[in-house]
Amino acid sequence: MSERHNAPSTTIAFSEAQLVEVRRLQALYPDARGALLPVLHMAQETFGYISLEAEEYVATLFELSPAHVHEVVTFYTLYFRERPGRHVVAVCHNLSCHLAGAPGIIAHLKQRLGIEPGETTEDGRVTFLTVECLCACEAAPMMQVDDRYEMNLTPAKLDQILGGLA
Amino acid sequence: MSGEAILTRNFGRSDSHTIRAYVETGGYQGWRKAQAMEPTAIIDEVKRANLRGLGGAGFPTGTKWSFIPKNHTGPVYLVINADEGEPGTFKDRYLLERDPHALIEGMLIAARAINSATAFVYIRGEYVEPWRRFSTAVREAYEAGHLGRGLDIVVHRGAGAYICGEETGLISSLEGKKGWPKLKPPFPAIKGAFGAPTIVNNVETLSHVPHIINRGAAWFAGLGTKTQGGTRMYSVSGRVARPAVYETSVGITLRQLIYDRAGGVTGNGRLKAVVPGGSSAAILTADEIDVTMDVDGLKNAGTMAGSAGVIVMDETVSIPEALMVVARFYAHESCGQCTPCRESTGWIYKMTRRIVERRGQKDDLDTILDVAKRGAGTTICAFYDGAVGPYISYIEKFRAEFEALIPHA
Repeated sequence: MSERHNAPSTTIAFSEAQLVEVRRLQALYPDARGALLPVLHMAQETFGYISLEAEEYVATLFELSPAHVHEVVTFYTLYFRERPGRHVVAVCHNLSCHLAGAPGIIAHLKQRLGIEPGETTEDGRVTFLTVECLCACEAAPMMQVDDRYEMNLTPAKLDQILGGLA
Repeated sequence: MSGEAILTRNFGRSDSHTIRAYVETGGYQGWRKAQAMEPTAIIDEVKRANLRGLGGAGFPTGTKWSFIPKNHTGPVYLVINADEGEPGTFKDRYLLERDPHALIEGMLIAARAINSATAFVYIRGEYVEPWRRFSTAVREAYEAGHLGRGLDIVVHRGAGAYICGEETGLISSLEGKKGWPKLKPPFPAIKGAFGAPTIVNNVETLSHVPHIINRGAAWFAGLGTKTQGGTRMYSVSGRVARPAVYETSVGITLRQLIYDRAGGVTGNGRLKAVVPGGSSAAILTADEIDVTMDVDGLKNAGTMAGSAGVIVMDETVSIPEALMVVARFYAHESCGQCTPCRESTGWIYKMTRRIVERRGQKDDLDTILDVAKRGAGTTICAFYDGAVGPYISYIEKFRAEFEALIPHA
C-alpha cells in the first residue's frame, strides 16, 4: 500500500496466496463481482498499475468480459492505466483549498518538478496530479502523497515533503 | 446555544478510536439496551428522536428504515455511505478515525431494526488512514463478540468517484460496476444492493443512534429544532479564523457558527458569502446568515443543509472564480449517464472559465442560467440539481461581479 512498486512485472498473475485472498474477498459478497474493486486494488498494488493485460487477467478471475473490467477501471480515478511514478502527489484544487492558496501550491510544484499536472518526472520519481476535494478542508491547502494526507501546505513545507520522496 | 459534544466527546483522547476507550465512556450500552427491544420499537424511538439523514438529503432515518417490506424473507442489507466527498465536508473522516465504534454500535442497532445480517461499509478509496482505523475497530468488535453473532460487517474501499456518494451510485459500485446511479423507483429499501432490500445510511447518522437508544428520543429531539433532533458536525472551512469540525445543535444560526464558534472571518475581514451545506448548496450572501442550520431552516432560506460543509468567503474572494472552481468539479465528476448533466456541466465550466479569463461573451450569463434551469429535475439522480444550486445562486446573487469581467456586457 505505502509505495507503488516499480519492479517490472513480466507475467500478470497473482501468487497462490493472493488467489486465496481473491476467493476470500469474492465470498464476502452475495455476488462475487462485488469484490471487483478490491481485487483491482490488489492488482494495482501487485503489478504497479492496471494494464490491459491486468484487466484481462482480473476478468478471468470473475468470469467477466474484459470490456466490463475496462469500463470499471476507466470510470474511477484511483486506478492507473500507465505506470505512475514511485510517488503520487495529488493536490486538491477544489474550493476550500483554492481559497487557501492551492493555485500557488500547484504553481510551486510545477516549478519544482518541472512538469504539468497529469505528468510524471523523467526519473520516474513523482507523478503529479490535481484532484477534486479530498475532504480535509480544515487543513487547506492540502494534498495526498501516496497514502498520506499532507495538510496546511506552504512552499517551504512542500520542499521538505518533496525532499523526503526517494 | 448548546455546544454539547456527543459524537465528538472523545475526540480529545489520543486513544479515542480503541474499543477500550469507547467502552470506558459508555460505549455499547445502547446496543445492550437495543437487544431487549423489538425492531419496531427501535424504529419508533429513532422516528421520535427526529433524526434526519446527515449525508445530504436530510430524510428522516426512522421512516427510511420502516420502508423495508414487512413480510420479506430473503436477505436485507445495511450499507454505510462513508464515501465522503462533498466539497467542504470532512466530518465522517473524523468519525471513522476517532470514534469508529460509535458507527459499529449504530450499525448493530440499525441492523436489528431492519433485520439485516450483513452490512457493507463503503469508504472512499482516498481515505486510507480512516479505512485502516475503521478496519481495526471492526476486528476489535469481532473479538469482543459484538460482531459475528447476527451481524457481519464487510469493509469495502471505493476507487475514486464522487458520484458513488449518491446512494444508488454507491450500490452500483458495491456490486462491482461503474458507479452509475439507478432509476428510482424501485427505491433501495425495496430493491437495492444485489437486488435485495437495502438501507443506505451516512456515517454520522448512524453514529447518533447508540446515543438515542441510550438517552432516549425525547432527549435527542430536544437538542435540535421542532423538525430535526440532535446535534450535528459542521465542517467549517474557507476564509475563517478557525477552520474545524464543530459539533453543535442544529438550531444554531449560521452567524453564530461562523462568529461564535469558528472565530469569524480570517484577519477580521468582511464576510461576503457562505456556502452552508457543501458545494451543492446554493450560496448565501453576508446578509442571509441569520438562518438556523437545520434541514428545514436552510430549505426555507432557499438553500440546503446538505452535508453541513460550511465554506466561508470574505471580500478578497472572487465569486466568478469560485464558481469556475465549483463548475470544474461538477464537470469532472458527472458520471456521464444522463445527457443534460453530461453536456451541461462541461459546457457551463467552459463558460465560467472564459468569463474568469475575461473572454466571456455577452450572453454567457443568461446562457448558463438557461442551461442550468432547463436541465434541473430531468436526470436520474440529484447530482445535476446539486450543480444547478451553485450555478444559479452565484450568478443571480453576484451578477454585477460576473458582468464586470465580461467585455461589452
